[in-house]
Amino acid sequence: MPQPALTVAHLVKTFATGEGVLRVLDDVSLQLDAGQSLALTGESGSGKSTLLHICAGLEPADSGQVHVAGQAVTGASDSARAALRRGAVGLIFQQFNLIPSLTVGGNLAFQARLAGRHDPAQVSALAHRLGLEALLTRYPEQLSGGQQQRVAVGRCLAARPALVLADEPTGNLDEATGDAVLDLLLEVAADAGAALLLVTHSPRLAARCGARIHLRAGRLEAP
Amino acid sequence: MTRAALGALFGHWRRSPLQLVMLLAGLALATALWSGVQALNSEARSAYARAASLLGEAELARLEATAGGGVALEDFAALRRAGWQVSPVLEGRAELGGQRVTVLGIDPLSAPPQGAAGTALAVADPVAFLRAPWLGFAHPQTVSELSDPGFEILPSAAVPVGTVMVDIGLAQTLLGGLARPDRLLIHPDQPATLPPLSEIAPGLQRIDPGAEDDLAALTGSFHLNLTAFGLLSFAVGLFIVHSAVGLAFEQRRTMLRTLRALGLPLRRLVGLMAAELLVLALLAGLVGLALGYAVAAALLPDVAASLRGLYGAPVPGTLRFDPLWALAGLGMALGGALLAGGQSLWQMWRMPVLAPAQPRAWAVASARTLRWQGAAAVALAGVALALALTGEGLVAGFILLGALLLSAALAVPPVLAGIVALAGRGARGPLAQWVWADARQQLPRLQLALMALMLALAANIGVSTMVGSFRATFIGWLDQRLVAEAYVTARDEAEAAALRAFLKPRVEAILPVWRAEATVAGHPALVYGTRDHASYRDHWPLLAAGADPWDRLAEGRGVLVNEQLARRADLWPGAEVDLPAAGRFQVVGVYSDYGNPRGQVMLGLDQFVQAYPDAPRLQHALRLPVAEVPALLAEVQDRFAIPSTLMSDQASAKALSLTIFERTFAVTRALNVLTLSVAALALFATLATLSGMRLVQLAPLWALGLTRRRLAVLDAARTLALAALTALLALPVGVLLAQVLLAVINVQAFGWRLPLMLFPGDWARLIGWALLASAAAALLPALRLARSAPGDLLRGFSAER
Ligand SMILES: Nc1ncnc2c1ncn2[C@@H]1O[C@H](COP(=O)(O)OP(=O)(O)OP(=O)(O)O)[C@@H](O)[C@H]1O
Ligand SMILES: [Mg+2]
Repeated sequence: MPQPALTVAHLVKTFATGEGVLRVLDDVSLQLDAGQSLALTGESGSGKSTLLHICAGLEPADSGQVHVAGQAVTGASDSARAALRRGAVGLIFQQFNLIPSLTVGGNLAFQARLAGRHDPAQVSALAHRLGLEALLTRYPEQLSGGQQQRVAVGRCLAARPALVLADEPTGNLDEATGDAVLDLLLEVAADAGAALLLVTHSPRLAARCGARIHLRAGRLEAP
Repeated sequence: MTRAALGALFGHWRRSPLQLVMLLAGLALATALWSGVQALNSEARSAYARAASLLGEAELARLEATAGGGVALEDFAALRRAGWQVSPVLEGRAELGGQRVTVLGIDPLSAPPQGAAGTALAVADPVAFLRAPWLGFAHPQTVSELSDPGFEILPSAAVPVGTVMVDIGLAQTLLGGLARPDRLLIHPDQPATLPPLSEIAPGLQRIDPGAEDDLAALTGSFHLNLTAFGLLSFAVGLFIVHSAVGLAFEQRRTMLRTLRALGLPLRRLVGLMAAELLVLALLAGLVGLALGYAVAAALLPDVAASLRGLYGAPVPGTLRFDPLWALAGLGMALGGALLAGGQSLWQMWRMPVLAPAQPRAWAVASARTLRWQGAAAVALAGVALALALTGEGLVAGFILLGALLLSAALAVPPVLAGIVALAGRGARGPLAQWVWADARQQLPRLQLALMALMLALAANIGVSTMVGSFRATFIGWLDQRLVAEAYVTARDEAEAAALRAFLKPRVEAILPVWRAEATVAGHPALVYGTRDHASYRDHWPLLAAGADPWDRLAEGRGVLVNEQLARRADLWPGAEVDLPAAGRFQVVGVYSDYGNPRGQVMLGLDQFVQAYPDAPRLQHALRLPVAEVPALLAEVQDRFAIPSTLMSDQASAKALSLTIFERTFAVTRALNVLTLSVAALALFATLATLSGMRLVQLAPLWALGLTRRRLAVLDAARTLALAALTALLALPVGVLLAQVLLAVINVQAFGWRLPLMLFPGDWARLIGWALLASAAAALLPALRLARSAPGDLLRGFSAER
């Protein structure tokens, strides 16, 4: 039995705000196996991004456990979490977060090289699938939003992560472009056998994932 | 509307106080260094003016010998007989009570009433002033510095610092027996009918007040040097202001666009920003003035000491406040702020309402800027080269210096971009590649700070190389030049003859130091009678020589001239020169003569005695074993009662010369350290203000799995690498600068050229300091990054950039 790509158990996260303690995540548990895709919906401010950040080890949790590909995220040291992000996690954000000083080609290969899994043939195949072949020598600021997000998708998948965490990756794009990018993301992730956790506001996009959950008042519920 | 807009504009400074502090500090420091130097200059100038007023010479015309060499006694007597109301003055430099002072000899009975000398004299017994055991007057500060001058000296504030005013009779003795007054002051009220000067004393010429005197010409170059230094520091300070204003503008771009979209007229917005800049400049200017006053007060004692030591310029060691100076300093601060902020205001003026909120495309814009900078650097280097080959005069020298420095500064970004690109191509791992690519992209934002660092380092290397070369040459030269172990001066010819007879069996050699003033090739000079002796043949520092110079000098077939005279009158070996009363001689050699502003000629002793029979023959240099010097001098004192002021040993003469130069160098060193600190501050200011933006740029890398600590280390390493490259670039520029200072500026300003010597140890230390300063500047932003909360970094994923 292969390990699940992501397990979240009894996760609690609070923020101290001016009006008191805000319980953003309240005993959240979920599991995601390799090759599966899961859509996470919820109102604005319901804690979707917070959950993603904790899974990626970007933010500490108050209690509960998170494991990515069998390795503990919660309770791990700063450098262990960084190593996990390099090797096992791929992140895609609403803001494209490309590295401005590198070309498209450099950005695409960057994470794979950090993870020590760089395969030029695979990167050029990805570039071809994502329609980025003609843009490889350009800099991020010379690209459109859709093109930039395709580079971000490519950068993430070229590293062959066990888990892809995508936070409203199409939120900044128009509907057609967003659909195209999401299609590519789902397709390539499935081919690579990566698990995908996708945060989105759109029921239409959520419907294209294998499963859906909804976050309300800090708890997960069926949509 | 205006108030709302002002609130929005000023809100920026409240949110980034560090940036505000940097802007103010940069401008305050720039103003401080500039106005500090100006305070030194104006203090010295007003001291010169006060000195001139001692004898009322600012208003009085005077008579001097046309051929130089002082006024003959017959001429003076003839003028008095014919009814001219004139008063003799004798002035010269002498060693007195362990200090080099200006001895000013006056005739109190005939001195014109215009001067301040009368106030000094009024307090004392006039008869005591006129005869032994003598009485003199000096500034209180000078009185306290003199130890046992040999006669009583009373304090008087009317006398300039570093001057001892005595009766002309005593002055003649103190100055080694040069018997003639060097000028006659003409009283303003003269008898109605006077026979014309040309009939009574055709050898004299009338010089009207206001003509530029020697002192002004000599010290002018020193002040020009200081001014150049002040201007350089000011420029380095403006770099800070420019980058702070530029960054503030960059960061407020989005808000400015919003303000305009909300209906604030462009004109009003630009006016508000300009007003904001001026208010800040005024604030910084006031702080800068206070700092500048402190800098000047701290440096003045050394500056005053070197001006006194080098030129006998009467500068006291205390500073006064001058409101005009303060106004000028504030003007510089305002002007500098407008200059440094002008580009941002202009950009804003031309920015369309819907300009992209994103910072402009750095990659594209910077490639164009780099090309432009490279072209300008090459053009300026061409100007510098042309000036080096053809330029003449001190001003051309300074333009050459400016062109060289500006060219080097402009070359920094393109050269660094080239190096960084090359390094990036050679880098292996993804991180190394990213570091170099990132460095290249950060370059446009860091370039001003790096240029400032480069300028400061090059100036430091240049000046310290010059000073080091000077010191090494000077010490070696002193050893050669002060070859005699002791010097003794008699008070009159009879005593001199007795002294020679006494000394002859007791020393290895007596070398006469007999001299006469003369005008040589149109320049005032001293002619020395020189005995043929191994002391000269073995040690005298010749820069250029024909065949057998010493033989030909001894045979009376040639003369030696000092470098100053050789350069001024183009008298190199092989040239011929007319010596008044002595005839025509071939120049057979040129010797170095540092620290002496006047021309000199060495003539064979026999020819000298023939040509200048009236020249006093009182001073002698003695060769003997060093250990015997104190005993001998004591014996001479017992036997002849010669005052100690007329005797000196080699060690004390050398120590005195060295302290004067050390103090000059202390001033340069202090200015050097200040300039370097300003540059380090510029780097820190830029990095600190950038660190806010930097967080956003580094967040993706953090998300990709790099720890904050790793990123902070990489960021600091990148800054250090850029600073190190800049320092390496500064090295050749600094050496070039030293060469210009030694071979062009010094020659024009002082009349001597020094050999360039290299001091790799000094450079290593300097570059070490610069790297340490850069590391310190990089530390704070790096710590901020390493300690940043995840929330700060996460904000980068949602904030609009
Ligand atoms: N650093 C923080 N300090 C205090 N409160 C925070 C912090 N970060 C997030 N929050 C709060 O936590 C809640 C969840 O935020 P989160 O960003 O996870 O929401 P979200 O579901 O991603 O919303 P959106 O759909 O708008 O992106 C919000 O109410 C937010 O205000
Ligand atoms: Mg969110």
